[in-house]
Amino acid sequence: MKFASEFRDPKLARALLQAIAEKADAIGATREKPVHIMEICGGHTHSIFRYGLDKLIHEGVEFIHGPGCPVCVLPRARVDECIELAERPEVIFTTFGDAMRVPGSTKSLIQAKADGADIRMVYSPLDALELARRNPDREVVFFGLGFETTTPSTALAIQQAAREGLANFSVFCNHITVPEPIKALLDDPYMMLEGFIGPGHVSMVIGFHPYDFIAQDYGKPIVVAGFEPTDLLQSVLMVLTQIEAGQARVENQYGRVVPEHGNSVSIAAINDVYEKRPSFEWRGLGEIDASGMRIRDAYRAYDAEEKFGIGYAVGRREVPEVEGCACGQVMTGRIKPTQCPQFGKGCTPETALGALMVSSEGACAAYWQYGGARTAAE
Amino acid sequence: MCLGIPGQIVEISDEARMMAVAEVSGVRRAVNVACIADGPLDRLIGEWALIHVGFAMARIDEDEAAQTLAALHELGETQEALEQMAAGDAALEGRV
Ligand code: SF4
Repeated sequence: MKFASEFRDPKLARALLQAIAEKADAIGATREKPVHIMEICGGHTHSIFRYGLDKLIHEGVEFIHGPGCPVCVLPRARVDECIELAERPEVIFTTFGDAMRVPGSTKSLIQAKADGADIRMVYSPLDALELARRNPDREVVFFGLGFETTTPSTALAIQQAAREGLANFSVFCNHITVPEPIKALLDDPYMMLEGFIGPGHVSMVIGFHPYDFIAQDYGKPIVVAGFEPTDLLQSVLMVLTQIEAGQARVENQYGRVVPEHGNSVSIAAINDVYEKRPSFEWRGLGEIDASGMRIRDAYRAYDAEEKFGIGYAVGRREVPEVEGCACGQVMTGRIKPTQCPQFGKGCTPETALGALMVSSEGACAAYWQYGGARTAAE
Repeated sequence: MCLGIPGQIVEISDEARMMAVAEVSGVRRAVNVACIADGPLDRLIGEWALIHVGFAMARIDEDEAAQTLAALHELGETQEALEQMAAGDAALEGRV
């Protein structure tokens, strides 16, 4: 665990922790009756644990870890489909390394690779494009995965493939969006969230107006935050300040990177290449309307689902979750990872049942690695 | 996957494809600069940007870049990003 004194700016961190404590006291937040603040983004979850913010902060503030890790929310059926694509002899299946260990119903991509499938970890969709250029006799499939931060990069890669007329490149599209699952959480009658920390790099692409509904329709404050410990602490303070004043606004703590209206080139590329799917399945959360992207007809030739007759192109397959796995409840903040009956028993990083245990941004992995929050120690 | 890492644009390598070379923590890597280009690409040389899966997604100033790199270093993300880049290079060369 870290101490505030180890931060790059320990004075600032201490001052922020003190200010948070005063605000938390002022609004009557206690360990028994905490303020619940959800950090939506898995990157923030990782920072919170890495720097031990959950332990340093006033005990009346409780971080609830949101569904913002694209690897964690990938349903088993989609992993199975990845493996089927990868095991086709003509296919070179390319993916970000994060997805390699996510369990499907019989195996993960890493196991499929060990079994002989041609699966390559790439750093960028541009690497997949280059592989397609260099291997004209093979089909290169890129596993498009991620929220609005990665969606434009896949869109730009597809536009580039179209310009070059690359016929052996396609994308298995699993891009998802942030606002819709948040709306689903807010509509859940059991949800008790008083405020949100908004995802910094998603917002760099889409700006912060897509979150207006959180403040306007649901009356909850949201502060878009950067990834350094002091960014997160400052954002918590901003949320508490709004709560104390009885306000609900969208604020931007990460103004040095996040423009109000996002990045116009990225947004144009997304709109050109993708459209919303009517609904998309999330691991543990079920179907959420308009929460996933699919490739438009104009770029159909680059849609791996259409090209290989798989996935939503032929209909959704039902693959039940593992018995006793509580991934969905953890991702909606209802329980802590340590309250999952499988945590540390049936489910460890070596024998993971859910992706939350193997993704670098997963809440269960963070609890496992950094010893968990106050509640875990009890 | 979602954090991104600061890099400095050091060369424009393929104007038509909007490709540049960025130096990321001492390692040079091809990146696409379409999202940060707002004029002649040459003007990007020397600029810092947040690089995300091979795309320069937002311009940042030098101080911000240095601070972000220090934080990412602590998080172990710098190493992870460099490993992912190396894995990408290996995949291209068929070393898998
Ligand atoms: S411990 Fe495993 S099964 Fe339980 S919620 Fe976490 S990833 Fe899912």
